[in-house]
Amino acid sequence: MHVHRYERIWMTFGIGMLLVFLTIVLVAAFADNMNPPSDMMQIDPTKVASTPPFERPGLRSLGNGRYEAYYVARIFAFSPNILRVPLGSTVTFYVTSPDVVHGFNIAHTAVNMMVIPGWVNSATHTFRTPGTYLLVCNEYCGIEHQTMFGSLEVR
Amino acid sequence: MVREERQMRAENRLVLAHVYTATAAIVVGAVFGLLQAYSRASAISLPSTFDYYRVLTLHGILMALVFTTFFITGLALFVAYRQVPRARRLFVGWLGWGTMLAGTLMAAYEVLAGNATVLYTFYAPLKASPFFYIGATLLVLGTWVVAFEVFENVVFFKRTTGAPRLPLALFTIAATFVMWWVATLGVVAEMGLLLPWSLGWTSGINVMLTRMFFWYFGHPLVYFWIMGAYVIWYTVIPTRFGGKVFSDGLTRLTFIMLLLLSTPVGIHHEFMEPGISTTWKLLHTIMTYGVAIPSFLTAFAIFATFEIAARAQGRRGLVAIVGGLPWRDPVFAGAAYGMLLFIAGGFGGLINASYEMDSVVHNTIWIVGHFHITVGGPVALTFLGASYWLIPKLTGRALWTPGLALLQVQTWFVGMVLMSFSMHFAGLLGAPRRTAEVAYAGSHVAAAWQPYMIAAAAGGLLLTISIAIFALVAIGTLLANDKSEDMHVAFAEAAPGGEPSPPIFEHLFRWGAVALLLAVAAYSGPLGELLRHPGFLAPGMRTW
Ligand code: HEM
Ligand SMILES: [Cu+2]
Ligand SMILES: [Cu+2]
Repeated sequence: MHVHRYERIWMTFGIGMLLVFLTIVLVAAFADNMNPPSDMMQIDPTKVASTPPFERPGLRSLGNGRYEAYYVARIFAFSPNILRVPLGSTVTFYVTSPDVVHGFNIAHTAVNMMVIPGWVNSATHTFRTPGTYLLVCNEYCGIEHQTMFGSLEVR
Repeated sequence: MVREERQMRAENRLVLAHVYTATAAIVVGAVFGLLQAYSRASAISLPSTFDYYRVLTLHGILMALVFTTFFITGLALFVAYRQVPRARRLFVGWLGWGTMLAGTLMAAYEVLAGNATVLYTFYAPLKASPFFYIGATLLVLGTWVVAFEVFENVVFFKRTTGAPRLPLALFTIAATFVMWWVATLGVVAEMGLLLPWSLGWTSGINVMLTRMFFWYFGHPLVYFWIMGAYVIWYTVIPTRFGGKVFSDGLTRLTFIMLLLLSTPVGIHHEFMEPGISTTWKLLHTIMTYGVAIPSFLTAFAIFATFEIAARAQGRRGLVAIVGGLPWRDPVFAGAAYGMLLFIAGGFGGLINASYEMDSVVHNTIWIVGHFHITVGGPVALTFLGASYWLIPKLTGRALWTPGLALLQVQTWFVGMVLMSFSMHFAGLLGAPRRTAEVAYAGSHVAAAWQPYMIAAAAGGLLLTISIAIFALVAIGTLLANDKSEDMHVAFAEAAPGGEPSPPIFEHLFRWGAVALLLAVAAYSGPLGELLRHPGFLAPGMRTW
C-alpha cells in the first residue's frame, strides 16, 4: 500500500513522540521507582474493626522520620479524621474499607488511590511543606459522599 | 420505483426512531448536566427526592450510554440500508430498537425511583435493584440485534454482488460494530455476576472482578463513540465541500487498528487500584499509546482531504485553504469544531494514560473535563452537526433556519471550552469528581476550586442554551414541513483510479477474532492474578 511521503514524515513524528513519552514513563517507573499504588494485601471486609492494625487507625513511627499511617475509609468518614504529621517525614498510607468503594486523595500530593473492600491499598509521600492538607474521598460512595473528608496537620 | 420509495421511507422511520431517541436523551441529559454544574458551584442544592447522585446517574446513563449508542445504531442502520438497497423486512431492526428502548426505560425508572443510585459505572458493592441490571443488559442485547442486522447486510452484499470490497462507509460502520461486539462481552460477563447477586441468589460479590469486567468494556465504549464520529469524518464530511476520501486503504487500516487496539487497554482505568500488579498496568500503558496511532492517521487524512479539495478548486496557501472550508455549514462546522477540541482532548488522554502521572488527576474533576472535551466535544458535536444532515435526509424536509443550527454548534464549542478547561484546572488543584458540592466546610484548599466551578457552571449554561437551540431547530424542521430535501445520499469515497486496498482488510469477522484473542491475552495476566487471590466477597449494600 502506497503511503504519501508527507504522511510518512507525520507518522514518524507522531510515533516518535509517543516513544519519547513512553520512555519518560518507563524511566520514572524503573529508575525513580514511581509506580501507582498496587498493593496485593487482602483483608476480610466484614472484620476490619477487629483486624490489627486497622482496629486502631492512626500513625505509627518506624524511626528515622519514617511513619506508617493506617486509615479506615467508611461511609461517610475517614478514621483518623485528623492526622498530625511531623514536617519532613515520609509517611506510607495504608487504607481499607469495610463497606463500599471509596477514594483516598490528599490534595496537592500524588497520594491518590482506590480503596476497595477486601483489599488494603498503599501509597507513600514525603511532606516537605507545612500546612493543613485536605483529604477527600474522590469516589462516589453514597448519599453523603460530599461530607467524607479529613485533614492532615503538617508541622 | 414506487416500491423502492416506499421501502426507503419504511427504513427511514426506523433510523429516525434511533435518532430521535438519541436526541431526547441529550436534551434531558443536558438539563441534568446544568443542575450538576450549579450544584458543584454551590449555587443550588438539590432536594432529597431528586438528589445530586440520582441526577448524576441519569446524566451519565443518558449521555454516555443512551445518546451515543442510539445515534450510532441509527447511523449504522442508515449506512447499511442505503449502501445495500434491497427489499427487506424490518422486523429485526425494530426488535433491536424496541429492546434497547425497553432496557433504557426500565433502568431509568429504577434510578428515578431511587432504587439504583449507583452512577453509570454501577460499581459493586453498591447494590441496585435487579431491574436496573436487567434494563442495562437489555440495552446492550438490543445493540447486538442491531449489530446482527448490520452484519446480515454485509454478508448479503458480499454474497450477491461478489464485489471484492465493501463500500467504504459500510466497511467502517461494520468494523465499529465488530469492535462493539468484542467489547460488550465484558459487560455481559459482569452482569452474569451482578444479576444473581442483586436477586439474592449469591451472598457476596468479587468487587475487583466486576471492576475488571466493567473496564474491559468501559474503554472500548469510548472508542465506539470515536469510531462513530470517525465514520462521519471520513465518509460524510468530505461530501460537504466536494472532497474525496484521502486514501481508501489507510481508512480501512485505521478502522482495523481501532478494532484491534480498543479493548486490550482497559486497565488504564484501574491504575490506582490494589490487586493488579504494576507489570500489567505498564503493559496496558504501552498498548494505550498504540491506540493513539490510528488517530494520528486520521488527523493526517482529514487535513489532507481539506487541502486536496481546496487545491482542486484552485485555492493555495494555509489561509485560503482553511478559510475556504464551509464554516457556515452547520454539518461541517460541528465536526470541524469537534476536531479542534479533539486535539486538546487527545493530549489530555495521553497524560491520563501515563501510568504514574495519572495519580495527579485520577478521579479529580480533570477527568470529567477530559471526557467532556472528547465525547462531549468531538463526538457530541459531530453527531449534533450530523443530525442537521441526517434528519432532512430521513424526513425529506429541508433544515429549518441553518443560521440557528450554526449558532448552536458555535455556542456548544464555546461552552465546552469554558466548562472543560475550568474542570481541567480545578482538577489539577485536587477538586474531586462525582461530588454534590466541593466546599468541604470552608477548607482553604477547597476555596481555590470555587472560581473554576463557577466558570464551569457558566460554560454549562451556554451548553444548555445550545441544546435548547438544537431542539428548536429539530422541531422547527418538522413543523415547517418544507419537503424540498432530496432524500438520496452519497457517501464519500476515495478518488477513482487510486490504488486498491489490500484484500486482507476485508475479512472483518476474522479481524474480530484476532481482536478477541488480543483482548484475552492482555487480560489473562490481571485476571489470573485476581483469580489466584480470590480473597473475600463483599456482601453489598445500599448507601443512598
Ligand atoms: C449541557 C451539557 C453538559 C453539562 C452542563 C454537563 C455537566 C456535567 C457535570 C458538571 C458533570 C460532573 C459531575 C461530577 O463529577 O460531580 C458531568 C458528568 C458527566 N457527563 Fe456531562 N455535561 C454535559 C454534556 C455531556 C455530554 C454531551 C456527555 C456525553 C456524551 C456527558 C457525559 C458525562 C459523563 C459520562 C459524566 C460522568 C458521570 C459520572 O461521573 O458518573 N456530559 N457532566
Ligand atoms: Cu465517598
Ligand atoms: Cu480509557
